[in-house]
Amino acid sequence: MENYFQKEIECASREEIVAIQNKKLVEQVHHVWENVPYYRKKMEEQGVTPDDIKSIDDLHKLPFLSKDDLRNAYPYGLMGVPKEEVVRIHSTSGTTGKRVIAFYTQGDVDLWEDCCARALMAAGATKEDVCQVSYGYGLFTGGAGLHGGSHKVGCMTVPMSSGNTERQIMFLRDLEATIICCTPSYAAYLGESMKEMGLTPDDIPLKAGIFGAEAWSEEMRKDIEKTLGIKAFDIYGLTELSGPGVAFECSAQNGMHINEDHFIAEIIDPKTHEVLPDGEQGELVFTAIDKKGFPMIRYRTKDICVLHREKCPCGRTHVKMEKPKGRSDDMLIIRGVNVFPSQIEAVLLENGYQANYQIIVDRVNNNDTLDVHVEMTPEMFTDNVNEITKRQNDLVAGMKSMLGIKAKVTLVAPKSITRSEGKAVRVIDNRRI
Amino acid sequence: MGVKQVSIFLENKPGKMCEMTDVLAANKINMRALSLAETDGFGIVRIIVDDVYETTTVLKDAGYINKLTSVVVVEMPDQPGGLNQILKVFAENQINLEYLYALSSESSLDKAYTVFRVSDHKTAEAALTRAGIRVLTQEDIAKL
Repeated sequence: MENYFQKEIECASREEIVAIQNKKLVEQVHHVWENVPYYRKKMEEQGVTPDDIKSIDDLHKLPFLSKDDLRNAYPYGLMGVPKEEVVRIHSTSGTTGKRVIAFYTQGDVDLWEDCCARALMAAGATKEDVCQVSYGYGLFTGGAGLHGGSHKVGCMTVPMSSGNTERQIMFLRDLEATIICCTPSYAAYLGESMKEMGLTPDDIPLKAGIFGAEAWSEEMRKDIEKTLGIKAFDIYGLTELSGPGVAFECSAQNGMHINEDHFIAEIIDPKTHEVLPDGEQGELVFTAIDKKGFPMIRYRTKDICVLHREKCPCGRTHVKMEKPKGRSDDMLIIRGVNVFPSQIEAVLLENGYQANYQIIVDRVNNNDTLDVHVEMTPEMFTDNVNEITKRQNDLVAGMKSMLGIKAKVTLVAPKSITRSEGKAVRVIDNRRI
Repeated sequence: MGVKQVSIFLENKPGKMCEMTDVLAANKINMRALSLAETDGFGIVRIIVDDVYETTTVLKDAGYINKLTSVVVVEMPDQPGGLNQILKVFAENQINLEYLYALSSESSLDKAYTVFRVSDHKTAEAALTRAGIRVLTQEDIAKL
């Protein structure tokens, strides 16, 4: 039986959802016009006033917000309420430029935690469960979001945060945790560490995991499900929009339901900015229609993905997004070809390696080079140099057919690539362009 | 019968071999023979030790990937034609040689010892024994 946190809204009819969106959008545009001079100026430049926005059909008239806007308006320029109404901030890691700082009112925190609770219950959580939150706590949204969601479900919440893998495994065993929330790369690492400690999935009662904050492939899902003996669910979110829980996977495990009563999703052509119909691939754009502290209107995520409105067997009616192909931030252009780390990961897993890799891009004599460092595993090691070289060549061939360009593969020692307890550093781009 | 060689995966970078031998030194493990197979990016260190179990345990604990491989260790007179005599036995029995390296001994100065990795170590051992050539066991290695 499907498990819901807020069944009425999660399974509402399209008419009901649209009615909610129309009402909230109109209010939100007025709120932003009155309270965020930065965005008001953008609207004025585009010749739009709140009176032009009568329903979601008018959404396309509004200007976009991009990461650049967030940088320009740093730190307070996009705050939507007076400081006394803000109860918390969270921040991005700032790895791709300046940090983003997002502000939350109590209402914003509440709706965010509701979203996370929906995700947990879609993964099967009930108040009987023990939920170990192994995302980092602190500025990062992962820990706080799932922690709050777990409270709302009524799980016994274990606020582990990231790191100290042996202690993580000890708690999983001793407290008999049934749900774990962390990054997929950390989940894979926990699985490996358990194996090294001589533990099998039968030694821990874990039944489900909610994994997000990084791009991960279907192959990696299978891998994690096997090594931890669980069902692995994807969760999506951005600090700009609250954090994890903007969208989440249900029992169908084939796309994530976007919480449409809080976020309106659009897919645009990243070049022409034209809105594309459902089913077409493009850049995902979100409008937060009831977050007041940091109200993002038409925020360009740079995530490349597709939306689907087919009926879902789980009963939820909210639109589903495919796993993003990768953030266009993560997308590398190598010798003119678009390369996503997730594609490289898929080739590794298909060939029997683990998803422990790092992509090093450089430019030598005006020519881009792509070097993929892959950790050797006990399973893939043999005493035979020719055999190892053959397997290495299989990877090169797999990448060539997946990416269309040639990559060099370097086999490195196990655990020599820094493990993410927050987020993985998958790409090192040494090109000076 | 037979000797197990420990094969270890290493990156082909300055200092990597030294880090590995640090582990062996710290655990007072004496290598009786060593050979190195290298490519641009990685290498395989192959060693013969007295205590295979202890060696693989300390290496694994230090994070090294290693595997055991069956090899044939042969005693031969330390004189011209010594190796030739062994290779003849392999040739006559259609045994293919993948690689070989020498093993040191403190006790017998007139003998030489060589480690062979062959296509079929069981057949090789049987053929050598039939030809009156001494094939060493793991216990023999510890006594050398």
